[in-house]
Amino acid sequence: MGIFSFLKRKKSAPEADASQHTNQLPASASDDNSDESSASATPQPASDDRQLAAEQTASLEKRLTKTRSRFRDTFLDFFLGNKPIDDDLLEELEGQLITADVGVDATQRIMDALNNRVSRSEVNDSDALREALTQELLDIILPSEAPLEIPDSDSPFVILVVGVNGSGKTTTIGKLAKQLTEGGKSVMLAAGDTFRAAAVEQLQTWGERNQVPVVSQGSGADSASVIFDALQSAKARNIDVLIADTAGRLHTQSGLMDELKKVKRVLGKIDTAAPHETLLVLDGGTGQNALNQAEQFNEAMGLSGVVITKLDGTAKGGVLFALAQKLPVPIRFIGVGETVDDLQVFQAQPFVDALLKVDAS
Amino acid sequence: MFDSLSERLGRTIKNLSGQGRLTEQNVKDTLREVRMALLEADVALPVVKQFVESVREKALGQEVLGSLSPGQAFIKVVNDELVAVMGETNSELNLAATPPAVILMAGLQGAGKTTTVAKLARMLKERHRKKVMVVSADVYRPAAIKQLNTLADDIGVTFFASSVDDKPVDIANAAMAEAKSTFMDVLIVDTAGRLAIDEDMMAEISQLHSAIKPAETLFVVDSMTGQDAANTAKAFDEALPLTGVVLTKTDGDARGGAALSVRMITGKPIKFIGSGEKSDALEPFHPDRVASRILGMGDVVSLVEEVQAKVDHNKAERLAKKMQKGKAFDLADLRDQLEQMVNMGGMSALVDKLPGGGALPPGFKAGAGDVETRRMIALVNSMTPQERKYPAVLKGSRKKRVAAGAGLQVQDVNRLLKQHAQMSKMMKKMSKGGMAKMMKSMQGKLPPGMGL
Repeated sequence: MGIFSFLKRKKSAPEADASQHTNQLPASASDDNSDESSASATPQPASDDRQLAAEQTASLEKRLTKTRSRFRDTFLDFFLGNKPIDDDLLEELEGQLITADVGVDATQRIMDALNNRVSRSEVNDSDALREALTQELLDIILPSEAPLEIPDSDSPFVILVVGVNGSGKTTTIGKLAKQLTEGGKSVMLAAGDTFRAAAVEQLQTWGERNQVPVVSQGSGADSASVIFDALQSAKARNIDVLIADTAGRLHTQSGLMDELKKVKRVLGKIDTAAPHETLLVLDGGTGQNALNQAEQFNEAMGLSGVVITKLDGTAKGGVLFALAQKLPVPIRFIGVGETVDDLQVFQAQPFVDALLKVDAS
Repeated sequence: MFDSLSERLGRTIKNLSGQGRLTEQNVKDTLREVRMALLEADVALPVVKQFVESVREKALGQEVLGSLSPGQAFIKVVNDELVAVMGETNSELNLAATPPAVILMAGLQGAGKTTTVAKLARMLKERHRKKVMVVSADVYRPAAIKQLNTLADDIGVTFFASSVDDKPVDIANAAMAEAKSTFMDVLIVDTAGRLAIDEDMMAEISQLHSAIKPAETLFVVDSMTGQDAANTAKAFDEALPLTGVVLTKTDGDARGGAALSVRMITGKPIKFIGSGEKSDALEPFHPDRVASRILGMGDVVSLVEEVQAKVDHNKAERLAKKMQKGKAFDLADLRDQLEQMVNMGGMSALVDKLPGGGALPPGFKAGAGDVETRRMIALVNSMTPQERKYPAVLKGSRKKRVAAGAGLQVQDVNRLLKQHAQMSKMMKKMSKGGMAKMMKSMQGKLPPGMGL
């Protein structure tokens, strides 16, 4: 994050009090004035979400502040003030995009668009360049903004969670379960990771914390069978949402990918629509390999959504742009921290805003 | 999606054909391609810049400009430089401390620390005959301690039970005392995953480090990590005196540019790579192999080694002699070839190691004829020796019998015969001295060190 912070210095004063405001959550509704740039730039999907959006931006910003300051130290010296646009500035910007894991292809596209605008003299100074960049970035990820909606229905809504090893599947499930429970849904978890040592216990701990039932069969069991049982049980107990964990697997291992297909097949025997949501969990620190992962999981499973975790560490998430450009799968959530509330519904505008803002300190 | 560097350079150099050699200006374009290839492989930008600069110096003025195939020579410079930078094949752990020698693991969440602890413990136990104790100081993630406990039981090393209510430093100290009194050779301390920017957690681990004074402090990094690998490695290196790096999840198709970033930024040797889910999948690090992987050139060295280790040389020699004498390549020979391929893990394992092979979809690799190969072997097996020697005798009823014997269709027999016919044609050409011609036509398509 903060990758573009060097471009922006003038606006830091108003933002300083924006972040102070939002530290006290009840007061955040009064942010409207400081938030005007984002609110007026694009129409909000629903005005109810507005306060939520403001809170989320604030939270995102807070998370990302640490890394942002690091970049600022490095680049601010070069770009003090309102600089005219020259090749150096553009090259520096390109470098920053690359460093944020945006990827060569997506960076190329963004830079081409910016170069076009510059050559048509639509963009004359670094502030305007920043505006143009915001627009470009939004254009790329706006189509990926589509929050997960769980319709009311008689049969359980099944969420199947897949991903490579260590991407944060189980943790995401724990957080998601908590949020759904708080939202008034009854939730059940299926311990489908029967391979990794103590994965079942890990999920059970999350179940205990949230007082959510966990269906498991101990390790070494057939994952598809565990999840099948869980769906049957969820159906019998009239559960709203069943979240199924699976073992982490590298997308290159076709045998393990077949195992996932089996899970899907077996679920279809109980409810032809299940799984209603197949979520891919991606580590936000992953580089361009994230694209391979998404493509191959999508090919095998037909993904309906993506969760990007650990964005607080790298605080970049440039891979989102690379992904959004490559694959038309909605980004459902982003994980920006360790606490349960740090799993946030993905919204393009606040995300880009947080990405491009400079902190005041 | 990922063009290998060879392909990229190939294109650039094609544009120059007619000029026959690289000029200084063209070197600039070529270096841009190198830069792109490295960035696509997730090498961190500052590292790329530094690296490209040193390649520029080496490439200019060297024999690259005058070389007949400047593209190949150029790739060689890049490859050599990569190997040099990642150098030091120091895969040994330095455990020359008063026992118990302590190994401390550090890294981000989900990098693979706990799995690596188990793999290391198993390696030390089995290959180095050490008495190993493992302990988990991860009091944060649910069931992390249980995970290590299970793994320790699986591989048969001592597990020091810890509780989530204790402080990590206390756990480590208690484990240290226990290891001493039970005369352990090695104590491996697993830690919680932490972000480099989390000051409290970084303070915790450096406190842990000064409490137990580890002989080895290993930084575990996921080979799929992106640009941030550089920052993370730097932050960890500043907080802890790292002694080495473990690169995990290399069995995926990530190009592993993180290896180069971490190596160049910390200067610490990469000691091991994790290459699978099983507890024995920990290998010593070979810089040359990772170098060609980063460049998308495939792991040809490993492939050659594997071929050397697994191919039956007697059979190969016999076949070569037979060909030289101008004898026909019969179905039995074909079967031998196919069997050797299966021995080497089948087509998919081979394709994996070939240049550009990593980028192929898994479905292709799985379907790249492993099943087909076994079927062909089965078909040959259900023939009589005479049929193998003189495939021409295979007519309708014989084909039916062979197909039934292998549980296949007559069409499959026909396909086999067709393939055999093509191969024997090629063999004939080769035995007539067409080999050199063939290799010549392939030159430029092969990575350096493989062609002529």
